[in-house]
Order: sequence, then structure tokens, then C-alpha cells
Amino acid sequence: MIVGAYSNTPLQMVCRITAGLDKSSPYKIYHMIEIEDLHKTFGGNYVLRGVNLKIEKGETMVIIGRSGCGKSVLLKHIIGLLKPDKGKIIIDGEDITEFKNEKLYKLRQRFGMLFQASALFDSMTVEENVALGLREHKILPEEEIKEKVKEKLSLVGLPGAENLKPAELSGGMKKRVGLARALAMEPDFVLYDEPTTGLDPIMADAINELIVELSDKLSVTSVAVTHDIVSAYKIADKIAMLYEGKIIFEGTPEQTKNTADSIVQQFITGSAEGPIKTH
Amino acid sequence: MNQKETFIFIGRKTFLFFEDVGGIAILIKNIFSAIPKIFKSFHLISEQMVFMGVNSLPLVLVTSIFTGGVSAVQAAYQFSDYVPMRYLGTAVGKAVVIELGPVLTALVVAGRVGAAIAAELGTMKVTEQIDALETLALDPIRFLVVPRFLSGLVMLPVLTIFSDFVAILGGLGVSVFFLGVSSYTFLNGLKLFFHVSDLVAGLTKACVFGGIIATVGCYQGFKTYGGAEGVGRSTTKAVVLSSVLILISDYIIASMLFG
Repeated sequence: MIVGAYSNTPLQMVCRITAGLDKSSPYKIYHMIEIEDLHKTFGGNYVLRGVNLKIEKGETMVIIGRSGCGKSVLLKHIIGLLKPDKGKIIIDGEDITEFKNEKLYKLRQRFGMLFQASALFDSMTVEENVALGLREHKILPEEEIKEKVKEKLSLVGLPGAENLKPAELSGGMKKRVGLARALAMEPDFVLYDEPTTGLDPIMADAINELIVELSDKLSVTSVAVTHDIVSAYKIADKIAMLYEGKIIFEGTPEQTKNTADSIVQQFITGSAEGPIKTH
Repeated sequence: MNQKETFIFIGRKTFLFFEDVGGIAILIKNIFSAIPKIFKSFHLISEQMVFMGVNSLPLVLVTSIFTGGVSAVQAAYQFSDYVPMRYLGTAVGKAVVIELGPVLTALVVAGRVGAAIAAELGTMKVTEQIDALETLALDPIRFLVVPRFLSGLVMLPVLTIFSDFVAILGGLGVSVFFLGVSSYTFLNGLKLFFHVSDLVAGLTKACVFGGIIATVGCYQGFKTYGGAEGVGRSTTKAVVLSSVLILISDYIIASMLFG
């Protein structure tokens, strides 16, 4: 399951499995995320009630659902910011819920995350924000870090913004810097928490274009959570709907548009009338 | 409030108290586990040292001048007709070095630095900046708490030495200009019963107070929730709790060293 489709002999398969997270391995591994029977409660309130989901390498999975339904909680479980009450998060064949801190931090170097409100460090400049992971982990020499920051800022359409402080940026610019920071360590997985929330439609579309472009160019495995259905259609390879703590639907954008499921239909059409209660 | 509500109120407060004690104990354990990785954080420690130490100097200067002055006035008042004024320097020196220097410096630093730590980390918590650090594979304890903790341990004693010096100068000034005691008499009195162990005791207290201010500020910052209101609540709690803990630990250390 975690080895490439090009496996031919059992020995090669074993080699590829044992290669695990070693990026220097000549064999590629699937950057795959599997969520199995995930449960989470906060103060007695059930948020997740047995989520099952599989995200394949290079795929962009968009999880839709109402505000407060647990989408961000699910995303935070994937990167190990929250521990589930029950269930597994399997990344490339390893259950990360059993990881010790040390191993979890190592795994997180393969992730990038864009936060809903960007979560830029306001005491730092844009350059310091984007370079932070690279500098602290001493991944590259200083000159190359500067080059990398320039490259990532150009990628998100903000060349020359290095010396600005987050307070000097608009909402859209903050999202772009957040994205540049998420991509700085060349992650295998990128998580997007409401990437277009709070942006005007034009800026939202620009961010969507950027996500699609990144997915095509860098072939990263992406998970986005949103309640912006336009954004979901644009960026998703697959859409899953989270409702009452469970994934009740999973399919391509086309299948989502054409589904007969009344809950999904109510959500995507944005109707107050239907099985989903507004209060 | 009826009897049942009173019990619920007391129970809830007791529970919260033990939750705080447990939380702070866990944080201290995590700080000590992260200290071996400190070589990665020297730049962060030096930034915090400047913030905690250098930037606090004006406040400590003003506080200490008046602390020394008031201790001279109070001692002179209590000495009148009973104790010769040649012991004025002794009284001011002992009071400042053992008690007033460390405690008052710690209290003003708790107000300035403890509040700032809680507000900064609290804002980082509610705006998901601490989560963002985690996603960059950076341990917030190593990155945010350890530099503040070590800076507190180092800079509070340094500020206390500065405060002791300024307070004694303040006491000397008041004695010479307002109490009619010559500088020779004051300084002789100061030297008369001066023991290095007094200074060590004062600096030991300062070291503990520095640890308390940083730990409580970080703890309250990390457990902030609920936006701007939550940040305000954490800031207040950080100042109140560190001030109370400073006074309690002052008594405990004094009992251990002088009891």
C-alpha cells in the first residue's frame, strides 16, 4: 500500500517499505494520509465521531462542512497538533498518534500548513517569517535561505516584500506570505485551513489559482478545509463532506455537484431549507 | 449565594488552583527537558535578556532610588533617640540588600515583564502563532519558554545588583541632604555589618523570582483562550500570581537562609 505501483520483486518491496521516511532513498514512497475511525471530544462535546478518509499522493482533498463542524480539528489531527481520543492517523504507513514528540517534529518537517488567519509571527518581518523553519533547522546555508525566501515570495506573487511587517500587509498578502512560509521547507504535504475565508472574491480566486498551480507544479499531497464551495470546486481533486462528526460523502467535484444526497445538496446550494438545521 | 452554590464555588476554585499547580509543574519539567537543546537558542536568549534586563533599567532605577530614600527616612525615624545615626547605613544596607532590592525589583519586573510575556504568548496562542511554530517543527517550549526562563534566572540577579547599588545611593543622598548624616558616617555604617552572605541571599532570592516571573508569564500565556478578553485575563493573572508567589517564596527562602 505504501510502496509505489512500480514494485516488481518482493525484495524491492521490502526495501521500499523499510526506506520509510528516508528521502535519500532511491525509491519513491507514497505520500499518503489515511484517517481511521477518528474520535475527538472537547469537554464532553463530540466533535469527531469516527472519521474515515484516505488521501492519495499528489491529490488535493477538500473537506467541506459547516462552520464549527470540526474541519479545522480534523486538520490539526493530521499534523499532530491534537491527539485523538480514539482512532488512527496513518502517514505513509505509520500511525502518527503513537509518535513521541521527537518523531512528530521530524515528521512535521514534511508538512506545510496555511492557517485561517495566516498566523504570521508579528514580531518578525516577512523574510524572517518565511525563513524561520529553514533557519532554525539549519536546512540550508544563509545565502541559500535568502534565495529560497525570494523564490517562494515570487511564487506567491509577492516579490520584494521581504522587509515588510505583517501589520503592513492586507489579508490577501498575509495569506500569500503564510503560503510562502508553508512551502519554504519543500513539504510533501500541505494543509490549508480555510484558505479563502475573509478575502474578496478576486483575491480568493487568486489564492485558489495559486493552490492549483502549486499542486500541479510541486505535486504535493494537499488537504484543504473550507466552507467556500466555489473554492472547493476549483482546487479539489476530491471533495469530502464532514457532517455531525463523520464523513458523509466523498467524491470528485463533478460527483459532488450531481449527488442525490440531500445534506450535501443543501450545503452546496447554500439553502436554509433542508435536513441541515440552521440552529 | 446559598450553601450548595458556596460549595460548588469553593470546589471549582480548589480544582482550578490544583490545575494551575499541576500545569506549572509540567511546564517546569518541560523547560528542564528542553534546556539541553539550549545551544540552538542563544540568539533568542540574548534578545530576551535585552528585553528583560536592559529595557527594565529605567524602571528599576526610579524604583530603587526612592526605595533607598524611603528606607533611610523610615530607619532614621525609628532610630530617633534610641539608636545612634552611625547605624543608619547598616540599616539601609541590610534592608536593601537582603529584602527590598530583590523583592521590589522582582515586583516591578513582574508588572512589566511578566505581563508582557503573558500578553505576547497569549496573543500568539489565540492567533494560532504557537500552532504555526509547531507546524514548522519548532518546539514552543524551546523556542519561546526556555529563553525567557533562562533570561529571568540571569537578569533578575543582575537587575537586583543594579537596584541594590542605586537604592544605597538613594539612601545616602537622603541621609546627607535631608537627615543631616554625613556620607562618611553612612558609608562606615554600611560597611560595619556587611556580610557577603547577605548579598548571596538577596541574589538567590532574585534568581528564584526571575524563574517565577518567566514561568508564570509563559504558563498564563500558553493557557490563554478567548481572544482579546482572554489575553487581558491572562495578563492580569500572570502579574497577580507571580506577585503572590514572589512574596510567598521570599518568606520560604528567608526562613531557610536566616531561620
